[in-house]
Amino acid sequence: MNSAVTSIKLVLLGEAAVGKSSIVLRFVSNDFSENKEPTIGAAFLTQRVNINDNTVKFEIWDTAGQERFASLAPMYYRNAQAALIVYDVTKPQSFIKARHWIKELHEQANKDMIIALVGNKVDVLENNEDERKVAREEGEKLAEEEGLLFFETSAKTGLNVTETFVAIGEKIPLKTAGDQETDSNGVAISDEQRIDLANSGNAAGQTAGCSC
Amino acid sequence: MNQEELDTDYDVIVLGTGITECILSGLLSVDGKKVLHIDKQDHYGGEAASVTLSQLYQKFKQNPISQEEREAKYGKDRDWNVDLIPKFLMANGELTNILIHTNVTNYVEFKQVSGSYVFKQGKIYKVPANEIEAISSPLMGIFEKRRMKKFLEWIGTYKEDELSTHLGLDLDKNTMDEVYYKFGLGNSTKEFIGHAMALWTNDDYLQQPARPSFERIVLYCQSVARYGKSPYLYPLYGLGELPQGFARLSAIYGGTYMLDTPIEEVAYTEGNEETGKFHSVKTKLGTFKAPLVIADPTYFPKKCKSTGQRVIRAICILNHPVPGTGNADSLQIIIPQSQVGRKNDIYVAIVSDAHNVCSKGHYLAIISTIIETDKPHIELEPAFKLLGPIEEKFMGIAELFEPKEDGSKDNVFLSRSYDASSHFESMTDDVKDIYFRVTGRPLVLEKKAEEETA
Ligand SMILES: Nc1nc2c(ncn2[C@@H]2O[C@H](COP(=O)(O)OP(=O)(O)OP(=O)(O)O)[C@@H](O)[C@H]2O)c(=O)[nH]1
Ligand SMILES: [Mg+2]
Repeated sequence: MNSAVTSIKLVLLGEAAVGKSSIVLRFVSNDFSENKEPTIGAAFLTQRVNINDNTVKFEIWDTAGQERFASLAPMYYRNAQAALIVYDVTKPQSFIKARHWIKELHEQANKDMIIALVGNKVDVLENNEDERKVAREEGEKLAEEEGLLFFETSAKTGLNVTETFVAIGEKIPLKTAGDQETDSNGVAISDEQRIDLANSGNAAGQTAGCSC
Repeated sequence: MNQEELDTDYDVIVLGTGITECILSGLLSVDGKKVLHIDKQDHYGGEAASVTLSQLYQKFKQNPISQEEREAKYGKDRDWNVDLIPKFLMANGELTNILIHTNVTNYVEFKQVSGSYVFKQGKIYKVPANEIEAISSPLMGIFEKRRMKKFLEWIGTYKEDELSTHLGLDLDKNTMDEVYYKFGLGNSTKEFIGHAMALWTNDDYLQQPARPSFERIVLYCQSVARYGKSPYLYPLYGLGELPQGFARLSAIYGGTYMLDTPIEEVAYTEGNEETGKFHSVKTKLGTFKAPLVIADPTYFPKKCKSTGQRVIRAICILNHPVPGTGNADSLQIIIPQSQVGRKNDIYVAIVSDAHNVCSKGHYLAIISTIIETDKPHIELEPAFKLLGPIEEKFMGIAELFEPKEDGSKDNVFLSRSYDASSHFESMTDDVKDIYFRVTGRPLVLEKKAEEETA
């Protein structure tokens, strides 16, 4: 029985207002808000899911708006094993932007990254198919050409949101107990000197006094 | 890019993405201030960035080597994150506190630095990290070890309000030299306590009240006690991760980021730079207004003055560990001034592929000191000798600047250049000082409620 937890750093990319934060909110809290503020506050969320008897912990990084003036920090992509590139099926411009992000990831990110192309807000089409500006086939075709997973989602109804994350989780090589962690180049990272600043350290270090 | 929605009015404009500016930007955004943060360069970090090898060649060499040659020797460019300014974090220092209290630890991973070494009579020795190491350290003779132990016990048990623990010493009246005298410590022990533990860069402290030295030694000891091997921490992927982490914090709390955006013009009220207050900055993306601006010295050269100090830094690429360090993947070496006939210490900070700052099998050693002669590169010789064969060397000289005024007159609040010290304590002092001048309140670090959902 394999009980190790695999952590997956997942980043979100896409034009403003396509619903990136809403997808995360749906996935993490099964919630939706009609007038969501542009991402403020929570842009680092975690969520665990069980996939075939394994626990996968998603560490989800939202852009925090830094992409707006091409100011996304390299730290954002660093070591990310997965990405959601989101567009709005009612906004053709957002699909063009998605192509741009695919290119950017191919250049900047680690080449084993699992990428999902996500066409969001399909609930809008339920009453009015005319609203659709990006054909499903267009998305599918792009995803196939670039080797990406593809989903059409609605953060509002929850359609395909969890499915997207599970599909990513299934494609990530899972850590088995005792496995060593590897960095983006597949080089083993020795854990011995790594420290968790927030939760560890000798209590003696905190109090006055000296133990040397 | 929805330029039409771009706000032109902010509470604070911050110029430059060095770590000082990014921490302030993050703290002020968390306080609810509307922050616009601009950098003229296309990457985060300002003067204290971590750069790739190709950027390093471009910055320091007239004739950069070809890409083929570079990749053949050093591998992929993106494996390199070379710090322009070398420093380590003290495990129990103020930067660590700020990182924890702002949850920026979510974005940056740290490793312990393997060892701290001090140079004595041509050789390097590990600075004892605890009592046991002190007892076996070849740095001191047997009697000196006992005296050292007494001294450390005094440091460890000292309580401000228990006079009996003071052993008759007054930290505010007695000089540090008098404290050493009380414990009968010899010159060589004074040297490693003052330079390798209290981390003073020269001997001026000896004649000054003992308190600052006492506090520095306590910080050193607490930092060692926290994780064990050395008092120092270093972030994976280099120091450049720190400004990026705080910039992200700022952005998460609503801060707007614009890189690659030079400042075309700064406007003052009354249209008068001499008597007016800060009004706005003009950039390619428009003109932005705020009641105040925070910036590094490069954005307001006329409002800064030289500290009179210049620092030389030499970035060295090695393809082997530093001799005599037991193949340590990271360490600091301090060469005390008196050992090499100088007034200021020479520091060497060494990190390696274990920190994802260079490609496999390589080590980065950054030497720095305050310049004392007109042949600064020769001043670094004693350090070069310790490193063994050096594959490549990049040398640069930086003049250190500080603001002429405190910002109360013109609402232009300027940071200081990153100094020659080996850690971030003076940088965090600057952060706290600017925070106080900008907000009128001292910086209080309270742990933010966990944002994270499990
Ligand atoms: N109808 C519908 N509206 C959605 C859906 N997803 C998001 N929205 C709405 O779209 C708007 C933008 O959503 P966000 O989640 O803030 O978008 P974002 O991509 O995170 O935006 P930025 O953070 O500004 O880049 C909000 O008003 C949401 O309520 C969806 O699936 N259907
Ligand atoms: Mg968002």
